[in-house]
Amino acid sequence: MSDAAMPTSGPTPKAQPTPKTQPTPKASSAPKTGPARPGVKAVRSSFSGPLASVFVIAVTVLWTIPTFGLLATSLRPKEAVASSGWWEVFVHPDMILSNYHTVLFEGGFGVSGGLMPYLVNSLAISVPATVFPLVLSAMAAYALAWVRFKGSDTVFFVIFALQVVPLQMALIPLLQLFSGGAHLGSVTVLPALDLGGTYVPVWLAHTMFALPLATFLLHNFISQLPRDLMEAAVVDGASHFKIFRSIVLPLCTPALASFAIFEFLWVWNDLLVALTFAGGTPEAAPMTVRLAQLSGSFGGRWELLTAGAFLSLIVPLIVFFSLQRYFVRGLLAGSVKG
Amino acid sequence: MIQKSRPAPLSRRRLLAVPAVLALVLAAACSNSSSGSKGSSGAVPTLTGDCAKYQAYAGHSGTKVTMYASILSPESDSLEKSWAEFSSCTGIKISYEGSNDFESQLQVRVTGGNAPDFAIIPQPGLLAQMVKSGKAVKPPTQTVANEGKWSPVWKTYGSVNGTFYAAPMSANMKSLVWYSPKAFKASGYQVPQTWADLMALSDRIAKAGGGKPWCGGIGSGTATGWPATDWLEEAVLGSYGGDVYDQWVGHQVKFGDPKIISALQTVAGWMQNPAWVNGGFGDVKSIATTTFQDAGTPILSNKCWMLQQASFYQAQWPKGTKIGPDGDIFAFHLPAVNPAVANPVEGGGEFLTAFSNRPEVQAVQNYLSSSDWASSRVKVSTGWVSANQGVDKSLYTDPIDKLSAESLTDPTATFRFDASDLMPAAVGAAQEWKSLTKWFAEGQAIPKVAADIDAAWPQ
Repeated sequence: MSDAAMPTSGPTPKAQPTPKTQPTPKASSAPKTGPARPGVKAVRSSFSGPLASVFVIAVTVLWTIPTFGLLATSLRPKEAVASSGWWEVFVHPDMILSNYHTVLFEGGFGVSGGLMPYLVNSLAISVPATVFPLVLSAMAAYALAWVRFKGSDTVFFVIFALQVVPLQMALIPLLQLFSGGAHLGSVTVLPALDLGGTYVPVWLAHTMFALPLATFLLHNFISQLPRDLMEAAVVDGASHFKIFRSIVLPLCTPALASFAIFEFLWVWNDLLVALTFAGGTPEAAPMTVRLAQLSGSFGGRWELLTAGAFLSLIVPLIVFFSLQRYFVRGLLAGSVKG
Repeated sequence: MIQKSRPAPLSRRRLLAVPAVLALVLAAACSNSSSGSKGSSGAVPTLTGDCAKYQAYAGHSGTKVTMYASILSPESDSLEKSWAEFSSCTGIKISYEGSNDFESQLQVRVTGGNAPDFAIIPQPGLLAQMVKSGKAVKPPTQTVANEGKWSPVWKTYGSVNGTFYAAPMSANMKSLVWYSPKAFKASGYQVPQTWADLMALSDRIAKAGGGKPWCGGIGSGTATGWPATDWLEEAVLGSYGGDVYDQWVGHQVKFGDPKIISALQTVAGWMQNPAWVNGGFGDVKSIATTTFQDAGTPILSNKCWMLQQASFYQAQWPKGTKIGPDGDIFAFHLPAVNPAVANPVEGGGEFLTAFSNRPEVQAVQNYLSSSDWASSRVKVSTGWVSANQGVDKSLYTDPIDKLSAESLTDPTATFRFDASDLMPAAVGAAQEWKSLTKWFAEGQAIPKVAADIDAAWPQ
């Protein structure tokens, strides 16, 4: 963020217009973004050399092996998994789908459809819990960056500082707030909300925990948009809402998309918040909660875990691959200034 | 660092506040699903036919109680089946939720003001914490009366500071030794009746050379070490009887006491004897790295002969293993170290704790403490034992269940609850596990092990 924190960044770019003035989705091909300095060029060419390619391929393969092992294990019968390693699959390719069948279609007592209700819950939790913080923080970031009002700096710093509050510390107070309401003496500030067994507390909790980081990242991105654009819009008579909707939102799509991936994956993989606020009933619990219970009280059905884990991977993969081209660019854009 | 390139303001017009989205959502969700107790003004309906036996619990139709426990599907399915008829006859829906983070999540929910109506608590120490929180509710008189069918010591485990709170639902027996009747028969070994016999048999097996006599594993993820606490408990209870055991649980007898040191030595001479363990896995140290689930597998391949483990170990045998007095696998009652101690039985159990006294909650509590329910649960499936004297033992179809039920309800038995579940969690669920694991894994000296555990006892 600050130049002082980046001693290697060469000539201070304080006065120069930011290089990311056109971060539209079409802005492309990294090499074109200005005259690269010699050092950068050297780094770049060393990254695209044949040696580097071999290295990258090796790392990729190495990192994929455990995942492949997981997939192979999920397709093998229980007895085979217990007696030999997954690589035996090449020698004795006896594959079965019964683990997937059990996970997908067999539920506990009174629960039909196995993982399906939990999959629906996961989506019903993750999508709103991604959209809410995104919408709120984009608006907040715009207001903090371009609307001058008294104390806006203080507000921004407080939001920035709130990132250090650990989630775990807030769990019980938040639960008390939801189940008991808030009272000042005899005055009820917030009534006791009977939200048990619904998604609402999970949405609220995830939104609250995501807002500081989201606002911070988007603020840094939005505040770097060229002032000329905004001034031109004002001259043309655009309101704040119009500017936000027609100029800011399209321009910060990469940042929004990257944060959306970030938040979606976080919420999708979250167990702690869901366990605390949604409980473990099929009415509200997401897949992570179900996966944690899948193997039974004494771990007797451990063979289902690999299949369950693979099924829970599918949706995040879809989200990631459909948005991944924004990911690195968007995150870097928001977090590093100058 | 941020203001430096802060853009100039455009205008002073204010933005509309938009968190109305959330407010709307909140308002919409305020309609609730809680089961307010019905103002039982109407007459209690008369249940007929198959439902007649539930007449005592009638009058709460259309209500719902929530239950939270550590028992997961498929084990919890049997539990839900056992009260399905009760639910459909009385109209009280029991919404069951199992979690393997039960112990920590229950505390979160209770302190968060979101307590379930019932929790099935397997540790009296956790029960005491719940009572301390002030949210646990005393049982109705009918439940107290039903509990009388369990042997008196159970009442003390369901009580906190002398006040009875939670009736036991199930019991399990830990004083078992798993072995292979087939292999014993083939080699001409007899099931030992005394500790001396057991030691002699172990020696004989070790000298015969066909696999080591004992195997064991104390690995269990973050709870690694708990099977070792069971071995120590068996040694303490079997050497000195119930009184010393109770004093040990209450820390009047410390781990550093000569009695407990000597019990640790008994365990060392048994499960740390390099000639006797660890059949099928390796040396003494391998006990610490073997998971408790795997520990018994070598018995099936005759690499190991005996495993001390609780009745619930039955679930770990592979499908198709014939369990019974003349099958592939069976268990015998671990004899007392000191023959003067009559029939020591170490075990565990689960206690139904209520956090509400709504009439339908009390009706369910009464039903689940009755021997009718216990019998109904026994009929649903095996792997579950009640120490309720009112349960007909002929209902048990599984030989291990039968064996456990007989020992647990035996009036001459000295039953004691698993000590590590009774001790403060800082000891029984933390330091004792850690220190005993170190004892096995690193061969730490016994006085050091005892001193470490004593030091962790909360003042």
